Amino acid sequence: MRPFQFVRADDAATAVQTVTANPKAKFLAGGTNLVDLMKLGVERPDLLVDLTRLPFDSVDVEADGTVRIGTNVRNSDLAAHPAVRNGLPLLSQALLAGASGQLRNMATVGGNLLQRTRCVYFQDVTKPCNKRQPGSGCPARQGDHRNLAILGASEACIATHPSDMAVALAALDARVAVSGPDGDRETPLAELHALPGEHPEQETTLRHGELITGIAVPPLAYAERSAYRKVRDRASYAFAVASVAAALDVEDGVVRDVRLAFGAVAPKPWRAHAAEDALRGRPATAASFRAAAEAELAAAEPLRDNAFKVPLITNVVVRTLSDLAGETS
Amino acid sequence: MQLHVNGRLHELALDNRTTLLDALREHLGLTGSKKGCDHGQCGACTVLVDGRRINSCLALAVTLDGVEIRTIEGLSDDGALHPVQQAFLDRDGFQCGYCTPGQICSAVGMLDEFDQGWPSAVTTGGQPAALDAGEVRERMSGNLCRCGAYMNIVPAILDVADAAAGRSSA
Repeated sequence: MRPFQFVRADDAATAVQTVTANPKAKFLAGGTNLVDLMKLGVERPDLLVDLTRLPFDSVDVEADGTVRIGTNVRNSDLAAHPAVRNGLPLLSQALLAGASGQLRNMATVGGNLLQRTRCVYFQDVTKPCNKRQPGSGCPARQGDHRNLAILGASEACIATHPSDMAVALAALDARVAVSGPDGDRETPLAELHALPGEHPEQETTLRHGELITGIAVPPLAYAERSAYRKVRDRASYAFAVASVAAALDVEDGVVRDVRLAFGAVAPKPWRAHAAEDALRGRPATAASFRAAAEAELAAAEPLRDNAFKVPLITNVVVRTLSDLAGETS
Repeated sequence: MQLHVNGRLHELALDNRTTLLDALREHLGLTGSKKGCDHGQCGACTVLVDGRRINSCLALAVTLDGVEIRTIEGLSDDGALHPVQQAFLDRDGFQCGYCTPGQICSAVGMLDEFDQGWPSAVTTGGQPAALDAGEVRERMSGNLCRCGAYMNIVPAILDVADAAAGRSSA
């Protein structure tokens, strides 16, 4: 690991100023991904600004039902919080499907959103990678891409975003609160992560020095009828191969409204708008669910070893929505 | 900086790069916590920080100034083994023993999480009723055992949970 300076932030404004002033400074939260990548030589900050003592550590439900979650809330606390467990099952389930008990006790909301891809080439500094070293090339297209993207990728990069939590938040239309050198702003989660295009090194729309201070989950009338379903290579403690976050509103056997987002198939948590549009007003049947998934996946660009994700994610959509339709009928 | 470990205060001058695991092993001589993968994938380094289990290999020591840390060396009470330690002995919950300190610290943290009513990925119906083998396996999935002693680790942990709940397991 490269040497670095360390400071503990006592307030957000100072943290933002400190990182803004140093192009090689980084914020440190739970450290589960950043410290690991520093050991691997992938991340080489020369200054770490520790955020964990900042007061962004509460979950508050506002009068209109909006759930505001501080960026320092640990994944395990968020999953267990009554407002999340009972009111937003897909979010609690997504959090519990991720990592291990130890890591969920460390990992924070903001850190989870900003974690880096687990693409093996990105994590190996002896290999080319357009994301880590712009212009160096991407061996994944011809090489190990079994768990890489089928949607939203580019010639330059086919990495996937590894978060489970973010997939549920994408389905919920979450907003991200950001504090920066020019003040505070809020951005839809859908606009936080960038698609790779020709610049896979630009993963988010955050400017250097901008700090995520929390997220806001707006109320969704049928959020209690929601689920997160994750497929992985072993039963627990593994990244997704494909996952689906879904919420379903059915009346008289017809889909009145639906939220759908996919994980582990794209460079960002993938909100499935085409599938949602295809499903509204249709009968809540397996055939409709399958047709909706296929509408979304019409844009898929599978590669040699990840083509299985197309039928896999389709089946996970059908199963998840069928279960929810069964609950609501 | 100051590290509070097992009820004792240590004054240390550490490189910022030092993980909690390396501080414990290399600077304080507490070699019970083990370095397996050093990347948060195996759980051998699990310790309790403010009572919660974490991977000490991914925590920078400098971030833990003034925080209460408990390691495998601090679990026994005046020579009397912690109930989880005793259960691992009674059930032969290990073979080579390398993952055992992490398994035990993780189990102590996990049992406390369960007592607080935390759900797991296999919990159905919102509230976990009682720990069973499936719940233990899911909640302990962050601790790998290459000897494959899970067949005895799971019953050892269930013994402690059952004893605390006033039940006896076979």
